[in-house]
Amino acid sequence: MALLDIQNLTVKFATQDGEVSAVSDVSLHVNKGECLGIVGESGSGKSQTFMAAMGLLAGNGKASGSVRFGDTELLTANERTLNTIRGNKLAMVFQDPMTSLTPHMRVGRQLTEVLQRHRGLDNAAARAAAIAMLARVQVPEPERRFQMYPHELSGGLRQRVVLAMGLLCGPELVIADEPTTALDVTVQALVLELIRELKDTQGTSFVLITHDLGVVAGLADRVAVMYAGRIVESGTVDEIFAAPKHPYTKGLLACTPRLDDPPTVLLETIPGQPPNLQNLPTGCSFHPRCVSAFEPCPVKRPLLVPAGNTLNACFLNHMQAAS
Amino acid sequence: MSSLNLTSTHAGALEAAAEVEGRSLWQDAWRRLRSNRAAYVSMIILAIVALACVALPYALPWAYDAIDWDHVEAMPPNFELGHYLGTDSVGRDLLARTLVGGRISLMVGVLATLVALLIGVTVGAVAGYLGGRVDQLLMRFVDLLYSVPLTFFVIILMVMFGRNFILMFLAIGAVEWLTMARIVRGQTLSLKNKEFIEAARASGGSTFSIIARHIVPNVLGVVIVYVTLTIPQVILLESFLSFLGLGVQEPLTSWGVLLNEGAAELEANPRTLIVPAVFMTVTLFCFNFIGDGLRDALDPKDR
Amino acid sequence: MWSYFARRLLIGVPTLFAVVLFCFFLMRLAPGGPFDGEAPVPPEVLANLRARYHLDDPLWQQFFSYLGNLLRGDFGPSFKYKDFTVTELIAQGLPVSIENGLSALFIAILIGLPLGITAALSQNTARDYAVSGLSMIGIVIPTFVTGQILILAFGVWLRCTPFQLPAGGWNDGAFANRILPVTVLALPFIAYIARISRASMIEALRANFVRTARAKGLPYRTVILRHALKTALMPVVTFLGPATAFILTGSMVVETIFQIPGIGRYFVQGALNRDYTLVMGVTIVGAAFVIIANIIVDMIYGVLDPKVRYE
Repeated sequence: MALLDIQNLTVKFATQDGEVSAVSDVSLHVNKGECLGIVGESGSGKSQTFMAAMGLLAGNGKASGSVRFGDTELLTANERTLNTIRGNKLAMVFQDPMTSLTPHMRVGRQLTEVLQRHRGLDNAAARAAAIAMLARVQVPEPERRFQMYPHELSGGLRQRVVLAMGLLCGPELVIADEPTTALDVTVQALVLELIRELKDTQGTSFVLITHDLGVVAGLADRVAVMYAGRIVESGTVDEIFAAPKHPYTKGLLACTPRLDDPPTVLLETIPGQPPNLQNLPTGCSFHPRCVSAFEPCPVKRPLLVPAGNTLNACFLNHMQAAS
Repeated sequence: MSSLNLTSTHAGALEAAAEVEGRSLWQDAWRRLRSNRAAYVSMIILAIVALACVALPYALPWAYDAIDWDHVEAMPPNFELGHYLGTDSVGRDLLARTLVGGRISLMVGVLATLVALLIGVTVGAVAGYLGGRVDQLLMRFVDLLYSVPLTFFVIILMVMFGRNFILMFLAIGAVEWLTMARIVRGQTLSLKNKEFIEAARASGGSTFSIIARHIVPNVLGVVIVYVTLTIPQVILLESFLSFLGLGVQEPLTSWGVLLNEGAAELEANPRTLIVPAVFMTVTLFCFNFIGDGLRDALDPKDR
Repeated sequence: MWSYFARRLLIGVPTLFAVVLFCFFLMRLAPGGPFDGEAPVPPEVLANLRARYHLDDPLWQQFFSYLGNLLRGDFGPSFKYKDFTVTELIAQGLPVSIENGLSALFIAILIGLPLGITAALSQNTARDYAVSGLSMIGIVIPTFVTGQILILAFGVWLRCTPFQLPAGGWNDGAFANRILPVTVLALPFIAYIARISRASMIEALRANFVRTARAKGLPYRTVILRHALKTALMPVVTFLGPATAFILTGSMVVETIFQIPGIGRYFVQGALNRDYTLVMGVTIVGAAFVIIANIIVDMIYGVLDPKVRYE
């Protein structure tokens, strides 16, 4: 039974320059105790997909489709219902730790208010629980940090505070947007270990939004690759990493340095720029940058269809599957 | 000699690049501004008002200072006599006076803002670009002036040196430049370390030419927004001076003078207040809408 | 914090000195003197007058004697109000102006802030447009026009109704006499504060930390009051510094229209009469007020924003 089930989600933004689709027809699900990795360049719609799910789109954004969390349809739920779920059973950990904390409130207060809201703890109990959680996410001297204002903490510490905030109520699903980007490597390893532990011992589900394929390979069970607002390939981590089928996924993997590469190997890059959502290429959005593009690519958009054990949206694979 | 050539080629290429980027930025902004209905309509109305103030008085049957000796009292609109909006209490054509008054008010607004622009951009760009002690000194000076009620000094100056049109916009401009200087300094600080400035510096541009040719053109966007918001403030300040009797002198007039005259005889002839008040209010509204529209159009945050 | 306060006060002193210096020499350089009335004054009388006010002493000597007197609280004699010293006039007018100014600011915050914030919370609705439109009108119409309109409305049209209000005069600060002037003084500030708080609240609502607060499942009201409001208040607090200077300018108009014996009216009278000592006195007192107001604003800012630390 899927804990989070997104069907045909489309997110559009009304801008001064017209309507822009940030997410188009995305369907995915997360099972209990599972970790789903979402991979893509910035602007691929990976964050907005889950902003829509949380009911946190900017004022000019509009979502259609369906997002079910347990028994609740989130897209049509009212604010009151959403507020009993958000921060409680469903938590989101934001990237950009520099601006994600309220500047004029002490860190401790920002943590305890979550517990007071959802668990009804008194001040002392909330404080103890918050400090314990800070310690768990590897914040040194948690009692002292508890008293500090966000600007007094380093970027890495703030990132951990934001993570702690998400984990406080023991949520069923944590959506983590680039949770380790601001951290140095040793802390990053500790935080990833914590996520793995929560997943294994408490059955917490995770969505890891990242462009760090190493993190996905180490932690995720399944992975979905997004490009220009659409999923272009999805499957289990083992399958995708062992045998990527979509040229974009192949390109992404080729961009990632590997430990077993000899030091002389040059890193590959994907040519060109991520597309402008206001003015998407015709057909397959990726075709202008694609090394294997052929006749149908600029004309028709390939659908996301099963190919072997994975789903992918590329004519190359559709042809191979057909033949 | 060859190194000199190289420098100028580089600078030329850089400028060309900046121009291409600049043009598309301005085209974008223009397109957005036009799609902002309030700002677009405001631009049209403002253009009509400005044109009317400049040209229409010549086409009217009565000059702004001519007294209609047959009707030396406030008269309601009379088309046969050519007083389309009536006359003031001494029999002068109200429409002609309002338009000529608008000409003066707009002129003071624009000229004083230009003075403020000149001082503010120079001080701001120099302080921001040179940094260090010069920046400290200039900004402390701006801080000092900020904590002084400058309108007092405008009044003192106007009293001392007579009700002089040139002095008026110089004095107003000299007190309105502070915010401009702060804004430009902030922008310059963020521009200073951009690659194209470094490139210009590396290719041997003098400080003056870098400020004039690279910094100033790039802060223009913010400056224009601020200009459209400063002009209405200056027009209001002019009306305040007119209220104190320190504005332009009879028979010349301005919206401030007319409002003051109209307010004084509001009970007997409300028309003499309403006509200039409507003109001035509409104009100031337009400036504000255009300023807001420009800010939205140039501000990449809102995209 | 207190050492910062002390240091700001200390910086205020040279600022004030600069004002005194500038004012003094500006006044003395002015063409035409206080005794150039319509009727020519006989030369002997003029010489007497000049001697009495020490106008023939060397300039620097005049300045230092003025400065010395200033430190003792003596602003010198008024040139025009012959029976009063400037100190007496200011002592009489200052409390009136301060009371009116503070009442106006207080009312402006009380009305403008909720207007601006509710407009921001219902952005792009009829209420928002109404607030934005009204505040633009409030900013754009000069004080002397609103003043005359209110005088006409409450002093003439509503005469002999319960809504009639005194349209001028001070009557030793009777409540009824304060209503119109304070209202006129407050109107543009209501408009400014509504406009500023609307813009800053909209900005705050877009901030990432507000999104975080919403993601925590906090009720909307808590998100606004606890997380967004304080940030939105910052620009309003910043505005209160220059607002003090604007209020001074506004009092000149209001006190003139309503014939209120405050320092604004004295300044206008003094300026038009070339009453050097009175104008200087009021300018110095006004500058001192603006400087102090700016220091207070900085302090409030420091309390609101933990990032501003005064080392």
